[in-house]
Amino acid sequence: MDRILKEEADSQILKALMADTNITIEDALENEMVLNMGPQHPATHGVLRLLLRLDGETVMACVPELGYLHRGYEKMAENMSYLEFIPHTDRLDYTATMCNNVAYVLAVEKLAGIEAPKRAQYIRMLMAELSRIAGHLIAIGTFAMDVGAITVLMWAFREREKIQEFYDLVAGARFTTSYTRIGGVASDVTDEAISMIKAFIDKFDKAVDEMENILNTNRIFIDRLEGIGTLTKEDAIRYGVTGPSLRASGVQHDIRRANPYLFYDELDFDIPVHTEGDCLARYFIRIEEVRESAKIVKQIIGKMPKGEIIANNPKRVLPHKTEIYSKMEELIHDFMIVNFGMNPPAGDIYSAVENPKGELGFYIVSNGKGAPWKFKIRSPSFCNLQVLPLIVKGAMISDVVAIIGSLDPVMGEADK
Amino acid sequence: MGIEAGLTSDGFLTTTIDTVIAWARKNSVWPMPMGISCCAIEMMSAVDPKYDMSRFGSEVMRFSPRQSDLMIVAGTVTYKMAKVVRKIYDQMPDPKWVIAMGACTSTGGMYRSYSVVQGIDQFLPVDVYAAGCPPRPENLINALMEIQNIISKTRARDYPDKPLVQFDLNKN
Amino acid sequence: MEFKELIVEKIRSAFNGALSGVNEYRGDLSLTVDSGKIAAICKFLKEDSELNFNMCEDVTAIDQATHTNRFTLVYHIYSLENKFRLRLKTNIEAEMTDTVTGIWQSANWYEREVFDMYGIKFHNHPDLRRIYMPEEFEYHPLRKEFPVLGIPGSIPLPKK
Repeated sequence: MDRILKEEADSQILKALMADTNITIEDALENEMVLNMGPQHPATHGVLRLLLRLDGETVMACVPELGYLHRGYEKMAENMSYLEFIPHTDRLDYTATMCNNVAYVLAVEKLAGIEAPKRAQYIRMLMAELSRIAGHLIAIGTFAMDVGAITVLMWAFREREKIQEFYDLVAGARFTTSYTRIGGVASDVTDEAISMIKAFIDKFDKAVDEMENILNTNRIFIDRLEGIGTLTKEDAIRYGVTGPSLRASGVQHDIRRANPYLFYDELDFDIPVHTEGDCLARYFIRIEEVRESAKIVKQIIGKMPKGEIIANNPKRVLPHKTEIYSKMEELIHDFMIVNFGMNPPAGDIYSAVENPKGELGFYIVSNGKGAPWKFKIRSPSFCNLQVLPLIVKGAMISDVVAIIGSLDPVMGEADK
Repeated sequence: MGIEAGLTSDGFLTTTIDTVIAWARKNSVWPMPMGISCCAIEMMSAVDPKYDMSRFGSEVMRFSPRQSDLMIVAGTVTYKMAKVVRKIYDQMPDPKWVIAMGACTSTGGMYRSYSVVQGIDQFLPVDVYAAGCPPRPENLINALMEIQNIISKTRARDYPDKPLVQFDLNKN
Repeated sequence: MEFKELIVEKIRSAFNGALSGVNEYRGDLSLTVDSGKIAAICKFLKEDSELNFNMCEDVTAIDQATHTNRFTLVYHIYSLENKFRLRLKTNIEAEMTDTVTGIWQSANWYEREVFDMYGIKFHNHPDLRRIYMPEEFEYHPLRKEFPVLGIPGSIPLPKK
């Protein structure tokens, strides 16, 4: 096996960093500095290491280094059953936890050919949209804090705490919920929970208005973000960017509309699009998406059907707990599914959903056994970070912070 | 600290000074949040308006290790990151304490894989372990109160001035 | 005709003999092609005005754990106008294949990840080095012979 020595690796990184740029800036000192914006940094949204080549305060080149949070998800998934992997999916995009759960069970259900009942699908949609609001609130809050508006972070977390109370009520845990199951959801949403969510959503638009009032007309906020980190439409498509960053560059692409999953084609919502492609546009997209998600939640609450919350497929789906303790076949099926896995037929699928950060896709190859043969996570933050060296060129070093905040990477899913 | 660290006996005056110093230290613990992954979000929740941690004196989350005395390691530490965590810990001045927040830092958590360190106590001296995946904010505040208990039992002479050593950057 | 048949028809007429398998499973269309022609087929798929596969979503590899044709490269490409996703698979023999970075820039990091995890090298890749594991790491983790718990001592830990 080829072994790359450390010196050789360093020289390769340095070569990537010092590659020719076509930006020339007149500078009397003509000195360039390599700055390490290390893995531990208050504004890099996790453990992202950036090596910046600076000419004074202007960035000439940037090389990101990942891998500081690489936990080996894909290797672990090959050694555990599909059911055992559900808690791991929580920790992928840890700002919007229910969305990942929903994405994973949709992929496994597609592989195994199971269809969850309608009420379960509506509950999943409700939780996914609440997660989208929660994830965007963290994005907006930390982005505003990086740029200087620390109050907005506290307000965003205040709203997020209310959403986490609903998670606590419905799923039992306030943060990493592992709520969905293959074939449905783990527990039902009571009418009391629905009325509490309705009361929250009715007051939610005013809370977003509060945050917008303090930021949208603020001269400092706009000066710091307008025209910074512009990503053109062609570059966004070429680099495989998805999510709010793509929609802020003028491409109207949302998987909920393009390849609909769950019951999104029965709901009425808009896809906000801006064309400037700078940091301010990405911020506006997130605020508008939060309002659209609130609209979707109101519609779901109005349309929630009654029925079962888990499918009736004894060989693949866990039976109800009450029946396991009283009937023989259910006990046997439970034993087989928990210990040996649910054995989907051999084949491979790719299933993608629209996460708050972009397109989260799972590529699962099954060989008929209880654990997958290959499991690939196509994480949006990994793909969106590729565009960072491109849009940071020519910006000042204090803009790097704003640009990373607007792209909003989450290292838990970028590093898998 | 200089003079009081040289006090060696346990008389009335020295224990009073010890109590006052311990009281001052424990009510102004400035944490350095080593926020690596999901536990970092719960740590941010612990300072939000609902579970306010600044009531306990930990108002400022100092991101610079030189200005803090408590390191809260929140998140999975991989082998690649372990070197960085150790470097930051070495940069903190005495007296310093460490909270291992969450299951990943205590024992490796649910990640039994090739790249995750199975517990940060393999390379850091840990004072308090907070259990949970992630621990609830109340749990983190409980861990902070345990640290305050530990601090209230320290004496001033536990932290004498050390001679200046050449910091070897290539040691690790 | 339907879009799926259009793709197969166009590739068959442009690359005679390179297409060795067409598979449709649970609504996903996946084509198995020869490994020598993969870069040319990708270029054709991107530049054709009707098909217009302008976004490369994922490049990954499967370790089949056999003696011959051990690795299978899998490309997922997406067409924004037609809202259609296609999967291309090739079986490679020699752990070395052509890069598609010239066609879609997003394949840059995906191929680096495949190199890091499986050890498959790409010709003419602008910057082929490891992306997740440290540079001095000697193994390729996602190969089937690498244990989940890792090899003790492969990455050093600082002393207490």
